[in-house]
Amino acid sequence: MTEAPTGTSVAVEGLVHVYPGGTRALDGVDLAIAPGEGVAIVGQNGSGKSTLVRHLNGLLRPTSGRVLVAGTDAAGRRVAHLAATVGLAFQDPDRQIFARTVRAEVSFGPRNLGRRGTKLERAVDAALDATGLVADAEANPYDLGYSRRKLLALASVLAMETPVIVLDEPTTGQDARGVARVEQIVASLAAAGRTVIAISHDMRFAAESFGRIVVMRDGRIVADGSPAEVFAEPAWPTLASTFLEPPLAARIGARLLLGSTPTEASLVTAVTGSV
Amino acid sequence: MLELRGASYRYAGYAKEVLHDVDLRLDDGEIVGLVGPNEAGKSTLCLVASGLAPASIGGTLRGTLTIDGVEAAGLATHELAERVVVGFQNPNTQRSGIAATVFEEVALGPMNLGLPVEETVERTREAIARLKLEPIVRRDPQRLSGGQSQLVGIAALLAMRPRHVILDEPTAQLDPAGTRLVGEALRALAGMGTSLLVAEHKTDLLDGLCTRVVAIDGGRIVRDGPAREILDDPALAELGVEPPARARLSRALAGLGVDAELVAATAATEAGS
Repeated sequence: MTEAPTGTSVAVEGLVHVYPGGTRALDGVDLAIAPGEGVAIVGQNGSGKSTLVRHLNGLLRPTSGRVLVAGTDAAGRRVAHLAATVGLAFQDPDRQIFARTVRAEVSFGPRNLGRRGTKLERAVDAALDATGLVADAEANPYDLGYSRRKLLALASVLAMETPVIVLDEPTTGQDARGVARVEQIVASLAAAGRTVIAISHDMRFAAESFGRIVVMRDGRIVADGSPAEVFAEPAWPTLASTFLEPPLAARIGARLLLGSTPTEASLVTAVTGSV
Repeated sequence: MLELRGASYRYAGYAKEVLHDVDLRLDDGEIVGLVGPNEAGKSTLCLVASGLAPASIGGTLRGTLTIDGVEAAGLATHELAERVVVGFQNPNTQRSGIAATVFEEVALGPMNLGLPVEETVERTREAIARLKLEPIVRRDPQRLSGGQSQLVGIAALLAMRPRHVILDEPTAQLDPAGTRLVGEALRALAGMGTSLLVAEHKTDLLDGLCTRVVAIDGGRIVRDGPAREILDDPALAELGVEPPARARLSRALAGLGVDAELVAATAATEAGS
């Protein structure tokens, strides 16, 4: 992943999306994400999170409003073109997987982007290594358990080495080792300067792995800030309005009157400083 | 009571057993959590404990499954379904595919039990209310989000008011509010005397819900005991199971003078309440 380009910016302006049938999934969303930024999008089921990110690579087109990728309006660009910039790993890996071997599956994306030879091999090997799937390279994807199929879907996106990576519920169905692996991947992408956007219901993962948290409710953004800001006690009623709860570390910090402690490390530091 | 004795199971067409010599007992009104790393055999154990394996999906079972004193091997599929209800990880596997609305989908369970119409409707309404599904009762079950489908699947199961329930990751796709609703619904079911086995990665949910927790690894039960004792054991993480936030923070803060009871009390109450 070392040769990959660094991140690029993505933004949506006044984004509205109405599905056929009339469901207004996005109701005027403004969001600007800087190159290299790590953003977690949280909110209850049906709040518009997945609809929002599907606009970033052109899978969905705005009913009104604009999507800007690297400063350019995405409206005129085809999905195949946008896919070279924004990689999206679906929530349900089975919507994504189709090849006969794990290696073929992971190779498909970068091959489609024109990678060949050692460049292709290196990208695929790095993605298999990061997701812990090296030993499964020749296996049939459907012989893998759900958690490994999910990691495979992630590997397929990593191998495309896109400047922007979008992960829809990456930790769902993962055990402790799987979650740790996903956290490690997010950290190394961030360290490489790539733009990482993740949808998650796991507030701990959101607080521990991302510098910015965007809270959605009914197709709108209702809070946007650092974990310390979004999970601070005054913001709890906003979180509760979309049925979210701050991570336990933040709740204990508030109870001990230690200020906003969204991560477990920040809580331990605050407690240590207070004794 | 539902009980597995010396249960070992091999899937049809496979050479090796994936479940080895499992003894597991679910008492009436008891909620037992099932934890373990991915591919440890949690889903297989759910299939075997519900009788679906081998009755519906084939394969070979050694040992016995006994349900309320009756050996499952002697029961017809419909008799088994009346006694044990199973909820799968992927709600799409569960969906009937024949119901036009969410209401009908939930009603199919009690209807199949041959209950009178009034009771079917009453149970359906109650299950829908419990999981706060009123806003989507008229929606097409095929066109729901993953989280909504999962809640509908659990409502359908609640409406059957089964004696025994086996759930494989019932909250995998749910947001925190949905997860809490499911927890409350399962607790209410247990209060009516139903026994439950709940396989989950979300140990935060199991922490407040279960009386007992069973850990499985490599197809074998490696721990079985009171929920707190198992979930507080540092060895759980070595097994690849994420400990509940309460247990992890209790440990991290113990040496710093923060009482474990304060951590537990904070974990047990909703933020801001």
